[in-house]
Amino acid sequence: MKVTEKDVAYVAELAHLELSEEERAGMLRDLNSILEYVDRLGELDTSNVPAMAQVSDRYGVDEAKQGSERFAYASREDILEGLRKSLPHSEALENAPDADEEFFRVPKVIER
Amino acid sequence: MDVKSLTIDAARTAVQERKTTALALTEAHYAQIQKEDGQIGAFLTLSKERALEQADRIDRMAAEGKTLPPLGGVPVGIKDVMSTRGLRTTAGSKILENYIPPYDCTAVARMEAAGAVVLGKTNCDEFAMGSSNENSAYHPVRNPRDLNRVPGGSSGGSAAAVAADMAVVALGSDTGGSIRQPASFCGVVGLMPTYGRVSRYGLIAFASSLDHIGPLAKTVKDAAIVLRAIAGRDPMDATSAEVPVLDYVAELDKPVRGMKIGVAKEYFGEGLDDEVRQAVQMAIDKLKGLGCEIVPVSLPHSPYAVPTYYLIATAEASANLARFDGVRYGHRARGVKTLQEMYRRSRDEGFGAEVKRRIMLGTYALSAGYYDAYYLKAQKVRTLLTRDFDEAFRKVDAIVTPTSPTPAFRLGEKSNDPLAMYLADIYTVTADLAGIPGISVPCGETLEKLPIGLQILGKHFDEATILRVAHAYEQAA
Repeated sequence: MKVTEKDVAYVAELAHLELSEEERAGMLRDLNSILEYVDRLGELDTSNVPAMAQVSDRYGVDEAKQGSERFAYASREDILEGLRKSLPHSEALENAPDADEEFFRVPKVIER
Repeated sequence: MDVKSLTIDAARTAVQERKTTALALTEAHYAQIQKEDGQIGAFLTLSKERALEQADRIDRMAAEGKTLPPLGGVPVGIKDVMSTRGLRTTAGSKILENYIPPYDCTAVARMEAAGAVVLGKTNCDEFAMGSSNENSAYHPVRNPRDLNRVPGGSSGGSAAAVAADMAVVALGSDTGGSIRQPASFCGVVGLMPTYGRVSRYGLIAFASSLDHIGPLAKTVKDAAIVLRAIAGRDPMDATSAEVPVLDYVAELDKPVRGMKIGVAKEYFGEGLDDEVRQAVQMAIDKLKGLGCEIVPVSLPHSPYAVPTYYLIATAEASANLARFDGVRYGHRARGVKTLQEMYRRSRDEGFGAEVKRRIMLGTYALSAGYYDAYYLKAQKVRTLLTRDFDEAFRKVDAIVTPTSPTPAFRLGEKSNDPLAMYLADIYTVTADLAGIPGISVPCGETLEKLPIGLQILGKHFDEATILRVAHAYEQAA
């Protein structure tokens, strides 16, 4: 068993999930079975292999460039006019579970 | 007009020539949905008002003698992970049960600009996480070919809607096989374009480096028409590529004689159903008969694709789904006292079991102490899997494989075993990881009359070749 009950509780906290007792037991079982399966990746020597975070750095880019410069084609000059307008306030708030005319309303964050 | 086997060109031409109207076509499809969807469950929301308005616009164009756009008057379904302005979009999740997007997904906007009539939003696994459509928070979808079987997933509603003639075509999304596998299970065509070919703007994100939008269609030609309509650079998606979009229909009839088709032994190993193996072998023989040269290739890292996929996809999902916190949109738990409690209980109540499982796995893989061992390791293996294809495509123009190791399985058959469900994607995930395009085209059926799919994989941005091979096979079969 790689993952313990304590790990499940810790990861649930990181993920902002509560999980019932039953769910935690199921999670313990499933995570261990999945992680046991993914362990086969350890069979591969990847010490000299670069990580691939996305496909986009493989096309439409100047090979000679580095880092974010490679994606210059996707950038533009800073402009004030001609951009897509932001959502009007009222529309942005329309799906809010709780809001007044201006703000999203949430339970109190800071006690004083 | 009969909706059965109705294709884009047949529908559009009939409207153009005033043999029918877009309005009548739309009504005929709603009648078909009324008749069939009670037992299939392909649609979550119908958009009748929006559809009739668009149909009317198209009919007026036709009446004025204007040339209709490529999808003029064609009734379509849209997977419910694509945002539609003013039209409920749930992602198959309870957490978005009442969500009304304030804007349109680019792919949907382009479909409508091309004249398509959006009938409604199709059912799917919650947040596109699943291979059977049983993870929909609303109801499962049943396979139109056998109601006791799953339609595949996660675009099960889109595949079933097309298979049961409830839509002429539909849009789906593919992160690990979610267009191609349901297409295979339901006996339709499913195309996953190259990563970056179609804008992801407005697609509710599952795994951003793996998500693709593409069509499910009755014919390869229909898939080609839709691809042309939705492809191309979109300033709203920085990963959408500045690569010329071809006239894919014009490319279809170019000859396949002399093309080199790769066959990888890694896709014919243990776990492959015998009937599927035979059908795919016969398809390969058919391609040979059409003058293609069959070339053995090797994709040696294939056995590592599923574990790589499930680490990367869940890691990205855990980050993407952090936005569902009960603040700006979506479900908020009642009676909570603190902000933290609100986050947790809203997510606990709003997400289903598989989504929670993947958030947990992804959070674990990204957490301190495990990042290098899991997430970074998977990213490195992703490079190896991509290099396998680079190497193979030096020798061949396309690679053919089975789309899925088995035909459609029964509802409930795998739902208690996440790992067994993940293995249903064994032949499809690698293309998502490498970002190459893939298409599934029907290649016969089992003795039980269940459809089998042939997968054709191509080079980055070379959809034209896989469409051409698929079309040649479809015409010959």
